[in-house]
This record gives sequence, C-alpha cells and structure tokens, in this order.
Amino acid sequence: MAANNNSAENILKNVTGSNQPTEPEREPERQNVAGRQVARPQRRGGRGRTLGRLIKMLFSFYPRMLPLVILCIVVSAVLSALPATFMQRTLEIVTAHWEGGDWEAVAGQIGSLVLTLVGIYVVSLVLSFTWTRAMAIITQGSLEKFRERLFGHMQDLPISYFDEHQRGDIMSHYTNDIDALRQMIGQSLPNITLTFVTLISVFSVMIYYSVWMAAVIVAGVLFMSYMTKVLGSRSARNFVAQQKEIGVVEGHVEEVMNGQRVVKVFCHEDAAQDDFDVLNRRLFEASRAANMYTNTLGPILMNLGNLIYVIVALVGGVFIETGVPNLSISGLPFSIAVTVPFLNMTKQFAGQIGQISQQINSVVMGLAGAERIFELMDEPVEQDQGYVELVACTIDREGNVTECDRRSENWAGQWAWRHPHGDGSLTYTPLAGDVRLFDVDFAYRKGHTVLHDVSVWAKPGQKVAFVGATGAGKTTITNLINRFYDIEDGKIRYDGININKIKKSDLRRSLGVVLQDVNLFTGSVMDNIRFGRLDATDEECMAAARLVGADGFIKRLPDGYNTMLTDNGSNLSQGQRQLLSIARCAVADPPVMILDEATSSIDTHTEAIVQRGMDALMTGRTTFVIAHRLSTVQNSDAIIVLDHGRIIERGSHDELIAKKGTYYQLYTGAFELE
Amino acid sequence: MSLLPKKPVMDQEFVKTAAHVNYATVGRKLTESVREYKTAAVVTPLLVLGEVVFEVMIPLYTADLIDAIKSGANLSQILSTGGVLALMALVSLAFGAAAGLTCAKASTGFAKNLRKDMFYNIQTFSFAVIDRFSSSSLVTRITTDVMNVQMAYMMLIRTAIRSPFMLVLAFIAAYSMAGWLALVFVVIIPVLAVALFAVIRKVVPVFRRIFRKYDALNERAEENLAGIRVVKSYVREDYEKEKYDRAATEVQNDFTYAERILALNAPIMNFCIYTVMVFVIYAGSFAIVSTRGELLDVGQFSSLITYGFMMLMQLMMLSMIFAQVVMSEENARRIYEVLDAKTTIDQPADPVTEVADGSIDFDGVGFSYRGDRDHEALRGIDLHIRSGEVIGVIGSTGSAKSTLVQLIPRLYDVTEGSVRVGGRDVRDYDLETLRDAVAMVLQKNVLFSGTIAENLRWGNEHATDEEVLEAARLAQADEFVQTFPNKYDTYIEQGGTNVSGGQKQRLCIARALLKRPKILILDDSTSAVDTKTDRLIREGFRNYLPETTKVIIAQRTSSVEDADRIVVMDSGTINDIGTHEELLRRNAIYREVYLSQNKQSHDERELGELEVSADE
Repeated sequence: MAANNNSAENILKNVTGSNQPTEPEREPERQNVAGRQVARPQRRGGRGRTLGRLIKMLFSFYPRMLPLVILCIVVSAVLSALPATFMQRTLEIVTAHWEGGDWEAVAGQIGSLVLTLVGIYVVSLVLSFTWTRAMAIITQGSLEKFRERLFGHMQDLPISYFDEHQRGDIMSHYTNDIDALRQMIGQSLPNITLTFVTLISVFSVMIYYSVWMAAVIVAGVLFMSYMTKVLGSRSARNFVAQQKEIGVVEGHVEEVMNGQRVVKVFCHEDAAQDDFDVLNRRLFEASRAANMYTNTLGPILMNLGNLIYVIVALVGGVFIETGVPNLSISGLPFSIAVTVPFLNMTKQFAGQIGQISQQINSVVMGLAGAERIFELMDEPVEQDQGYVELVACTIDREGNVTECDRRSENWAGQWAWRHPHGDGSLTYTPLAGDVRLFDVDFAYRKGHTVLHDVSVWAKPGQKVAFVGATGAGKTTITNLINRFYDIEDGKIRYDGININKIKKSDLRRSLGVVLQDVNLFTGSVMDNIRFGRLDATDEECMAAARLVGADGFIKRLPDGYNTMLTDNGSNLSQGQRQLLSIARCAVADPPVMILDEATSSIDTHTEAIVQRGMDALMTGRTTFVIAHRLSTVQNSDAIIVLDHGRIIERGSHDELIAKKGTYYQLYTGAFELE
Repeated sequence: MSLLPKKPVMDQEFVKTAAHVNYATVGRKLTESVREYKTAAVVTPLLVLGEVVFEVMIPLYTADLIDAIKSGANLSQILSTGGVLALMALVSLAFGAAAGLTCAKASTGFAKNLRKDMFYNIQTFSFAVIDRFSSSSLVTRITTDVMNVQMAYMMLIRTAIRSPFMLVLAFIAAYSMAGWLALVFVVIIPVLAVALFAVIRKVVPVFRRIFRKYDALNERAEENLAGIRVVKSYVREDYEKEKYDRAATEVQNDFTYAERILALNAPIMNFCIYTVMVFVIYAGSFAIVSTRGELLDVGQFSSLITYGFMMLMQLMMLSMIFAQVVMSEENARRIYEVLDAKTTIDQPADPVTEVADGSIDFDGVGFSYRGDRDHEALRGIDLHIRSGEVIGVIGSTGSAKSTLVQLIPRLYDVTEGSVRVGGRDVRDYDLETLRDAVAMVLQKNVLFSGTIAENLRWGNEHATDEEVLEAARLAQADEFVQTFPNKYDTYIEQGGTNVSGGQKQRLCIARALLKRPKILILDDSTSAVDTKTDRLIREGFRNYLPETTKVIIAQRTSSVEDADRIVVMDSGTINDIGTHEELLRRNAIYREVYLSQNKQSHDERELGELEVSADE
C-alpha cells in the first residue's frame, strides 16, 4: 500500500492527466467544474497560419475600417520619424548663427520650420485619435463576433464532443482564450505594426544622414532583440508553468472545500494544510521565476538603450574629431547637427524595441488562444441527412392526412411525418409514437461495443423501463433514440420510419426528455417552463405546471411564476427543480418521452409528489424510463434488464418476479442496483 | 412542507461584506502576510531609487559630452566622459535588474503567504462561516483575487515608487540645466496629469460594471454547456444562440464605450509630447542664439527633450498603476473578508482532553443556522442516549435529522440549551479530542483523490494494513476492493467518480470505523447499498463495536428496525421515540413511511400465496 504523504503528488498527477477522453456513460458526474486550462504544446508551423487566418477574419469583419486604421498607423509611423530631420535643420541654423547672438536673423527661418512641424503634429494627432478609437470598435466588435461564432458553433456540435471534452476546458475558450485575443487584437497587433513601420522609417532617416552611425545603432538593437528573445521566452515559459500550477492549487482547494465536512470530522486540517503548502510553494516558484524574467527585462532594455546612446555619442564625437568621411544618402559631412538628432533617434529606436518586447508575450498567448478557438470552430458539426419532416396536419375520418398551417383555424394539434420519396411522391404518416429498435449494436469508440443486439419495441402509449447497474447501457439506448449518437448496426424506427431519414430537429421535437441531472437556465420560472415550447402562452405553461403538480410550490415562491432562477435554480430544492423539468417537458407535449429518474435520495414524501408528476406526464405517451429504483417500474408494460450492454431479461413485473432471475434478485435487495 | 428549500436562502444582511471597512484596515490586514518577504519589499524601492538617480543623471552628462564634442575637445576628454556615462548606465542596469529580482520575490512571496494564510484560516472556519462564503467563491478568492493583488503589489513597490521619484528628479535636472525653459513642464505636466486621471476616473467604474456583466455572459455560456443535452433535446440551439448573441452585443457595446474613452490616452499623451518638442525646438533655439550658448547649449537642448519624454512617460505609467490598483481594491477586500473571518467555534480555555464514554445528551436544544431564534431549525430537543445504544433516526427531508447529529461533533454550536458527550458539554472539549471520539459518515460522502488505502487511513494515519483490511471487511467493502486490479492501491479520482455510489458509501464507513470511535454516526450513509449488505454492515457493528454508541439516520425503516430506540423527527422537533414495534403501533408518521416502503413486499407476499394456492 502506498504511503500517505504523497497525496500532493497524486493531486498533481490527477490534474495534469485530466485531458483524457472520458467514458460517455458516466459523464454527467465526471465533469470538471474548474475552469482550468492545461497548456497544450504549440504546433510550430501552425502559428503563422493561425495569424493569417485571424487577420483574414478581422478584415472580413471590418473590410473598410481596418484598412483605414492600417493606413492611419502607417502614416503616423512615417510622420513620427520626421521630427528628427526638423531638429537637424534647426540645429544647423543655430550652430551657424549662435555666435552672432542675433535672434532676429534666424527667427523667420526657425519659425517656418516649427510651423511645418506643428502642421505635421496636428495631422499626426488626428490620425492617432482616429485609429485608436476605431481600433477600440474593431477589437470589441471582432471579439463579439468571435464569441458568437464560438457559441453558435458549439450549439451545433454533436454530443460526443461534450462527452470527450472537459467542461472547464471548453469554458476556457470563452474566458482565457478570448481575453488573450482581446489583448492581442486591441494592443499588440496595432502596436507592432506601428513599431515596425516606425523602425523602418526611422532607419531610413538614419541612413539618410549616416550609414556608419546607423550601423552602430542596428548592431545595438540586434543585441537588444536577442536579449528580449532570450528573457522573453523564459518568462513566457514560466508564465505557462504558473498557469498550470494555479490550476493545480485550484483543484486542491476545490477538493478540500467540497469535502470540508469530512476534513473536519476526521480532524484532517493539518494534513490538508501540508498538502496545500507543497502545491503553494510550487506555484510560488513558478510565479517568481516568471516575474523575475519579466521584471529584469525592462531595466536591461532601458539601460542597454542608454548604453547604445552613449556609444552613438562617442562614435559621433570620434568621427567628428578624426574627420572620418561620412557615408550617407544626404551626402552631409559629420557634424554636431547630424549627431544630436541621431541621439534622439537612438532613444526612439531603443524605445520601440522595448515596446515589441512587451507585446511579444501577448502575441504568443493570443495566437495560442486563437488557435484553440479555431480548433473548436473547426470541429465538425452534427451531421443531418434527414429529410422526413414533422408537419402540422388534419386527419379526416377515413384517416387521410392533409398538411395544414399551424396557425389555421381547423388545426386540431395533430402532426404527421412528411416523407418525400425518390420518385417525387410524398407520403404522410400520422405521428403516433411507435418506437422500435432492431438488433442494435453500438460503440462509442470503434472496437469497444457497449450495446449488443438490442431489440426493443414500444407501441404508442406503452411504458418500457430499463433496469440494470451503472454502465449496463440504459442511458446509451436512449441516446440512440434521439440520435445523440448513431448506431453501428441494426436499425431504429419511429412510426415505421428509419430515424436516420428523419430530420434530427423534428425527431428530437417529437421526443421529450427529463434527465436525472436537472438543468435550469437563468430566467424566470415561466421562462424555464416555456423552454419546452417557445410559443406556449402563459396559460399553457401554468396548465403544464398544474398537470405535473408543480403549480403549488411555484405559487408559494416570492414572485410566483416570475421568480428569477439563477445558478441552475440553486434557490430551489432538488424536488422542486425536478418538478420544473417535468413541467418543461409537459408543455412540449411530445408523443414519446425519455425519463431518466433522479438517483439522488429524496425523501418518500417528495418522491411521491415527483412520481405523481411523472405519472401525469406519462399518461397516453410512449415512455422509456431509465430506472434507478425499482419502486417505479412495476406498472411498466415491459421491463428490460440490461447487463453489460446485453438484454438479459425482459417481461412484465409479474413475469420477471415469477421467473426468479436477476430482476427478482434486484427486487428483493439481494443485488445492488447502483 | 418538505418541498421547501432545506437551507434558508441567505439574505443580504446575513452575508457580512467588508465594503464598509476603510482602506487602511484592509491594507494592514493584508500586509500582515508579508512576513519573511519584508526585506525584499523594503529593498526593492531602495534599489529602484538607485536606478532612477543614475538614469536621470545620464542625460546631464550626455549634454556635457555633446557640448564637448561641439566645442572641439580632444579625443581623450570625449572618451573619459563617455566612459563615465557607460559606467552610469551599467550601474543603473544593475540596480534596475536587482530591483526586478527582489520585486518578483517580494510580490510572489507575499502572494504565497496570502494564499497560505487564507487556506489556513479557512481550515479553522466553522460551518456557520463556510456557509456564508460559497466554496466556489473561496476558490476564486485564493486564486484569481490573490493573483490580481500580487500584480498591484508589484506595481506599488516598484513602479509607484519609480514614477513620482523620476518625475521630480528629472524636473530638478532639467531646471538646473535649462533654467526657465524647464518651466514648460510646470505647465504641461499638470495638463497631462489632469487629462489622464480624468480619463481613468471615468473609465474605472465603467469597467467594473462591465466586468460584472462580462462574468454574467460567461456564466451564461457555462450554463448552456452544462445543460447542452437539454438544449439539444428540445432543439433550442437557435434560441440559445439568439439569447447569447443579445447578451454578447450588450457587453460589446459597453466595452466599446469604455475603450473608446480609454483610447483618448494616446492622443492626449502625443499632444503633450508634441507641445514639448515644439516648445523646446523654438524656445531652445531662441535661448541658444540669444544667449550665445550661455543659458543653453546644443547638448542641453537634446537632453531637455529626453527629460520631457521621461516625465511624460512616468505620468502615463502612474495613471496606469492608478487604474490597476483601483481595480484590485475589490480583490483586496475579498481577500480581507476571508482573512478577517473568525471561526464561531472557539476552543475552550481549559479544554477537556478525554471523552469518558459514548453517552449523548441533548438538553433543551434549539438551533438556527442564522444564529437567531426566529428561524430555528431545531426546537426543544431533549434526548438522552446511553453509551453503546443503537439509535435510529427517521423523518422526511427538512425535518432536521442531519442538523441534529451535526451538533454532536460540534460542526455547529447550539443556539439554545446544551449537548453533552460523555457527560461533558461538547463546548468544554478540545475540538480534536471530541471529533476523534465521534466518527461521522456524512450524507454527502466524499472521497479524496488518492488511493483507497490513503483514503481509509484518514481515519487513522498509523493504522496497519491488517487494521485497514479489517475495517474494510466490517464495512463490506473488502470484497469489491479485492476485485480491483490494484486492490487497495486503486487510485480514486477527484470526487470519487470511479467507484459506484454504494461502493463509495461502504468505503466511507470503513474510513470512519478506522477511528475506533466512541460514537458512530451514519447520516443516511447506506442508501445506495443493497438491503442484504446493509444488514451485514449493521450486524458487523453489533458484533465488533458493541461499546460504540451508534446513531443511524435512514430513509428506509428496514435500516433502523433493529435499533434499541428510534427517534422520529418532524420539522425540527422530536415527534416520538420508541422501538420499531411501539412506533408501528402508535406513531402515524412512522407507520406511513413503513407502509409506503413495504407495500411492495406485501403485494409480493400475496403474489406468492396466490401461486401456492394455484398449485394446490
């Protein structure tokens, strides 16, 4: 047996290893609530492509505004190189006249120079005002579009995606990844563009004056870039490590908090603290290393800039002294008027490098975020080749089906499947709720068959109950009926039509589902009931609540039907939440229902109320019940006992009791159900 | 009745927030966690000062260097001035880098201590306090809030020192160098300061509001994700998209509004820089020419611009720090609330460290989660349990069964009356002594990530392998553990998701048994176990733990039938106490529960009889 003291290590193992796909059958309990993100290794070549795709998308969002912004940025960057030339000319004039001490003689010349400069500045101000504001609009607008596409695409993904990905991981697309994008689009991309163009234009001005001195600066700047790269990549690596350690600490705190009662009754506070200390120290080390590199980068760059400045001054001085011939586009000789603007350009240049170093981290993180977002957007959506549709209809006494408008006066709430055939003809089948599975095999992953030869028939109005241990395949069968998953072999027919031919949305509309884990949505009680059928009137919603026995408690809530529910209805009890989910199903009024009973223990009285609600709902509908307690299945038309994906017994309660098989043993408490 | 929520929804008043506490108190409390990182926190600003002094001196000397070059000084002179300058840059670099290192140490160390202090304090919390914070909120407080405070702290001890100091020094240097020309800064700096801070002041509250909305937007996505099966079953994808898009657009509009204001910073900054440039070029040339280089020379001319940049940049930094620190105030308060919260369960001054026996007495006990008498969950409880007795507790949800037993190990303190264990008031015991004597298997069973053996040893760290096995056997857990490939070294996932409900319950019972407690409380802890195993577990208790007092809360009457006495709870009071037979005879509630659960077996018996008669 392993020693007790390495549980911190175990926590670590557990968190870092949490990316494996989980088995769908028990997914609901397994989900990881923490919004933690485990950094994935970056694919090298993908980054450029990601950037390209991102930029392309930005252009498609703002095809006019974005080019305008870029134009503004480029022009301001070019303009920003010009003041140096003004300075050089001013100094030229000044050095030529200063011994005379006659201001009047030069005032006109300098005055007009300064006026031109003011003009340039005004243009530059207008440009920067324009592009920064425009960029705010573009950034937020693009983020919103990213969010919408992300969310929209997520809605269309197949259930298998949600089974295979941790909830926290998916959520981090909305939080971490979008935030990283915000930083990159809003700050880094425009700044890098600006810096890049500024560097080019300043460099042009430099070689206009002196190639030699430009070479000195470029050498210095290359060294600075090298330092940036070295320190920057270390700090980036450590920030990733820090993120990971935060995730670990979070996982530990969460676990201890959830089990706080156990910690207390076992006086395990000290042990929990020791584990925490180990993890906390690791986070500290990572965080310290990350900040160390970032913090030293600033002063190093700044003072390297100062050093280059000094070197440029020295080189300039030495050149002037020794009379080295200048090499330049302008053809000017070395002079103090050339050297001084150079010094200022050195500052500008070095400052720009500092800028880039700040932005590089966020670009790396932004691109990683973009890549993860694109990954989700590229996930294939749920496929649907169905062409049989559910349509409102009237059915006359001879059984002839006529399609009609739902808003028409004579529609009596009847539905039919409209089935177009290859020869162009249409047939109509009235919606009845007859569901049959024939020899169905199914595997979540190829080669791991979890259902074998399952055949089930449910005639309209019948109740079929599935009984069996966790993992026996009860939930899986219902996931096949509403086509959350597609079968491997065999066939499933709904009213005699192969369900693969039915449009998924219409198939699901004809199936009501009450899941064991109740999910309510932020909104009023009424909104939550209406979720079942969006065009239901208030009266219809209330009628549904009355039908299932939820009306009583709703009326006693502070605002009745208008009471706001938040946080998955946390202000309601378990039983109340179940009743609401039953009412939601009732308002949808589907001919076929799938009921996954709640496993959590509720007391007998509440259970009776919930059961009454369920019974009311089941009347007159074909129902598949996933039973966790046997008390509710006795009146089923058929009970199907599953074991490891196979049907081992089937029959009515009486038949199965008489048979004295597995069901009998379960029923008498000799076997555990869960 | 039983459909009402179990715990009252906390009202605003009850959740005490630190909104009213002033900055100083919050700051003092948080800085208590600096401790061993105090040196680093003090050294950092000093090093920053050194960095700034040299950084400000550099332009002064470059001006000299340039003037020397201009006036045709010889090479050695130029080189020596240059050498001094290079040295200064290196010294400044050394100071700056050192400050960077100490700052990283100081701030991350501070954060580490904050997390530690919070976690340790949380461990001392009583449930009355934990219930006040939600556990997810405690998690964010320890992670996100601390990270934000760490950032703000880093800025405070480094940049917030650097910027004002540099501003002042640079101005002094500029004035000493260029005289009245430097007065341009006296005009332009306040203009920039006012403009920048006006922007920040306007934007910060907007951002605060937006972040709240933004969180709500993300919660919406999370809610959708959690309920994706419902969404898909009801074909509500488009409806959800629409709802989300509407909320996202709203967030976008708010964000755009705030960022557009924030975007004013850049043009404002540029305006000031340009003004300085224009002024220096024009007035500077005037000064040089008109004083023949007396007041100002070409070198100073260039350095003046450098100083101008320096000062304006520092203002920009200051405004950013200001925003950051203001934004982190809320984080600091949330941390303060955790650090400041005190347990409501106090250790007695002179604690009793020995529990005499397993007798339990409730004398006139009243209890309320809120601590007041208007919302009592328990009323007038008088119950006397002898050591070694087996007590069953039956009652519907909301009848306060769990609340009753939680008073025994002092998870909560009574509001009224007293609870005695072994003849002494539970409040007289050393907490650890008391809780070691009382083992409780909770309704909300939790196993921790780790192996099965590690989990069981929570009950007793020093238990031998044999003892672990014995406890597991008693709890009927050994049998299934032996079927696992790694047996007792099988790794339990966080939340215990890789064992079934019934298995989890049996492991939790084994864990409690390892404590060899004087009192064993089972709070509905065999609900997922089959009836046969349930009976075996109870038989095990009877045979191997005859002296231990056993309190068994159950939904099934079959779990308590053979108890010495059964307590029937009804909405916070004891409705009746008696044996199974007595209660069946006289107690309506008990009879109803019994009948509802045994109707089936009754039917079955009839069925059996029918078969028999058919045979005849």
